[in-house]
Amino acid sequence: MNAVSVNRLCKSYNGVKALDDVSFDVAKGELYGIIGPDGAGKTTLFRILTTLILPDKGTALVQSTDVVKDYSTIRSIIGYMPGKFSLYQDLTVEENLNFFATVFNTTVKENYHLIEDIYKHIEPFRTRRAGKLSGGMKQKLALSCALIHKPDVLFLDEPTTGVDPVSRKEFWEMLMKLKKQGITIIVSTPYMDEAKLCDRIALMQNGKFLRIDTPDNIVASYPYRLWAVRSSSMHILLDDLRSCQGITSSFSFGTCYHATMDETLTVEKLKRYLLDKGHHNIEINEISPTVEDCFMLLLKEDGV
Amino acid sequence: MTEEYVIIAENLTKKFGNFTAVDHITFSVRKGEIFGFLGANGAGKTTAMRMLCGLSHPSDGKGIVAGYDILHESEKVKQNIGYMSQKFSLYEDLKVWENLRLYGGIYGMKDKEISIKMDAVLRSIDMQSEKNTMVRDLPLGWKQKLAFTVSIFHNPKIVFLDEPTGGVDPITRRRFWEQIYSAAASGITVFVTTHYMDEAEYCDRVSIMVDGKIKALDSPQELRKKYSASGMDEVFQKLAREATRKGD
Repeated sequence: MNAVSVNRLCKSYNGVKALDDVSFDVAKGELYGIIGPDGAGKTTLFRILTTLILPDKGTALVQSTDVVKDYSTIRSIIGYMPGKFSLYQDLTVEENLNFFATVFNTTVKENYHLIEDIYKHIEPFRTRRAGKLSGGMKQKLALSCALIHKPDVLFLDEPTTGVDPVSRKEFWEMLMKLKKQGITIIVSTPYMDEAKLCDRIALMQNGKFLRIDTPDNIVASYPYRLWAVRSSSMHILLDDLRSCQGITSSFSFGTCYHATMDETLTVEKLKRYLLDKGHHNIEINEISPTVEDCFMLLLKEDGV
Repeated sequence: MTEEYVIIAENLTKKFGNFTAVDHITFSVRKGEIFGFLGANGAGKTTAMRMLCGLSHPSDGKGIVAGYDILHESEKVKQNIGYMSQKFSLYEDLKVWENLRLYGGIYGMKDKEISIKMDAVLRSIDMQSEKNTMVRDLPLGWKQKLAFTVSIFHNPKIVFLDEPTGGVDPITRRRFWEQIYSAAASGITVFVTTHYMDEAEYCDRVSIMVDGKIKALDSPQELRKKYSASGMDEVFQKLAREATRKGD
């Protein structure tokens, strides 16, 4: 049985298709990532699955329960952490947690084991008002509140947006632990490097799922050989790569450029071309693509 | 003086009660440089940036931005800088040209100057045909492009970019950096914060703030060497893990 089953979901706002015929399943206990930029439709999808808005067309089941007909059942078995901080700013940390436990007819004590790892970081501040917490602490409190009733399925809408790399890493370590407890987790993110931590990912753009697969399969299906190119003058190198006959794509990736080439070009030819352009210390190495390379290829094919 | 500095901070400090958000930071940024200002959430980046923009008074220390003292000449500072945040600060219910007109006016540009420059900048970002489009109808990537253009429309000496690429798709994010390069090439100094560590590599120099202090400042190459790291992500992890200010 699937934890989530979505069939041909559509939702438009004033003629703009926020969700355009989206279908997918999430298995029980899976950590499922929805990867896409702002405006891709991630939040709309989350809000339908959490019964906050109605779809125009299509069906969605959460734990075999229909999100439209049986919305009240679903609300008691899911946890939802919206992208925007939505706790009570003028209640304390402790009051927020108690409030959410009470609303779901449980107590903090009963499910404390689930949140202990996360909550212990903010427990020293339990009498502080939520509005006075720092960003990282708010995030931990929001996750604790979404978990306190021991949900079957946890929906996290961009929990790491605007969060620094160290805190992002910590947050994902927490998600890995929750997964081990058997909770199904659906998480959206604009950060491609987080994709590889998911069991499966859906790459989303313009209301559509472009691909659904495991991160390994997505990377393995990249159809071209990919090259990391470096030289002593990086700023000029990008323009020179673009003007080189046979280079089919070139994108900056931190310390190097990732480039693909067609059959008219070889590494030797490219090296000679760049030498002629005055580059030194040229390095051209074949590399394995990342999820980000794959996503950019899909975006290009989609006409972005 | 052989080099021209557009930002000079000397022991710049900001205290809130007995909490020292920014703790005696000293650094300078050259004209035309792309300077990455990194740090964990809560390290004091935003507070430091607000002081440099003339929006918040330092508790101690000194800052000169675009040639003006941030404490005594904060209005002059504001006139000579540009600012763009992740929220883009465009008026959604104004047209593209109206946004440019508005910001140009606010920064005291003459009508004639505005109309001459308007066509040139719209051409440069390939948005001439969108001149009369409402900003709310633009795709996100275009809004970002326009927001950056608006922030440097009055030809500031320096532009502050506060997480300008959060949430945009990977192709648009890279195009945006090309816009940053060309602004820097035209002599505008770029002061940028980001949580994308690949973008830290694109800066000429980066500083990393931890607990209100600048813990490291150098070119990405030198920082990678110094911390024997393969990328800036590793450098950042090594430094920011030492933070004692927790949770933010």
